[in-house]
Amino acid sequence: MSLRSPLGRVRGLGSAKSGTEHFWAQRVTAVALIPLTLWFVYSILALGSADHATASAWMQSPVNAVLLLLLVVATFHHMQLGLQVVIEDYIHVEGAKIAFLVIVKGASLLLGVAAAFAILKVSFGG
Amino acid sequence: MAEFTLPKNSKVGTGKSWPAPSGASNTKTFKIYRWNPDDGENPKVDTYVIDLDDCGPMVLDALIKIKNEVDQTLTFRRSCREGICGSCAMNIDGTNTLACTKYIDDAKGDVNIYPLPHMSVVKDLVPDLNNAYAQLASIQPWMKSETPPPPDRERLQTPEERRKLDGLYECILCFSCATSCPSYWWNSDRYLGPAILLQAYRWIVDSRDEHTGERLDALEDPFRLYRCHTIMNCSKTCPKGLNPAQAIAEIKKLLVERQY
Repeated sequence: MSLRSPLGRVRGLGSAKSGTEHFWAQRVTAVALIPLTLWFVYSILALGSADHATASAWMQSPVNAVLLLLLVVATFHHMQLGLQVVIEDYIHVEGAKIAFLVIVKGASLLLGVAAAFAILKVSFGG
Repeated sequence: MAEFTLPKNSKVGTGKSWPAPSGASNTKTFKIYRWNPDDGENPKVDTYVIDLDDCGPMVLDALIKIKNEVDQTLTFRRSCREGICGSCAMNIDGTNTLACTKYIDDAKGDVNIYPLPHMSVVKDLVPDLNNAYAQLASIQPWMKSETPPPPDRERLQTPEERRKLDGLYECILCFSCATSCPSYWWNSDRYLGPAILLQAYRWIVDSRDEHTGERLDALEDPFRLYRCHTIMNCSKTCPKGLNPAQAIAEIKKLLVERQY
């Protein structure tokens, strides 16, 4: 219950003057993921049932390692941008919303860094 | 959280039935949402069987016939009966549209009529539009210009500049689009919705307006603008055949454009 005027409620805290970067990054990562994902699926199918040495050698190729890193960065960045939208859409309790955003972004960062570390470790012959 | 089910006191029950008048051979059944804030009861769907041989062709004709001849308590908004005032917007046969421009024959079986979705209901088919009107006021839908108009004539536009307003100025603010949008259902307190964003774009592209940047500033917000996820219900349902989704996309393009 509030006696604030409808216009006062609608104006609320004003414009956040942000969101465009989020919107643009989501589109750019989406477009980047089309060739990267196709390349990744093709490469995995081509490797097929190759043994550990062959797979390691494939990952040690600079081109493959760099493309894998780009795939991981684009995937996890795109994922956390998208999940942020879902949370903002559906969770309207401020505290829970902030908590979920921190968890989702933190988990995406953790998984992304772990995946990148794994790629680098194999690439540098770990 | 977003509301995926109706609250207990909004669950819709079965209401009264009014049979066809005796001797009627060409009949149609109308099932109409009824809710009265004064009786403390849940909403109900009443059934009216109407003689189409004694009724105009539009859904609004049937509603007016019901109110005049069958049940005077039926409450709805209407005014112009020709699709220009936007008063009789409601959910007919599962789609938001204007009762006055919707043919009864377009409905295959029974004609189901509900108020615009996910709005507070004042009574029966009358939604509370206070929030939507405040959102319209918030985008300042009038020309803002420091340069005074020429003393002897109106402000000029080229034919090309004027053409940019086509497909925008025709909006009658019936809010069929906004209330068809799931994003607006979940976040109407912060998301402006397709009707208001189309109006905002109408002033952003007006060559005579000098506040384009401020208008874009006011919209650049994760909720006010970017809750639009291009679901496209708005453009599909618009009874005037307009394309609010495209207007929203054009605003997003301008916001990206001014960054680079």
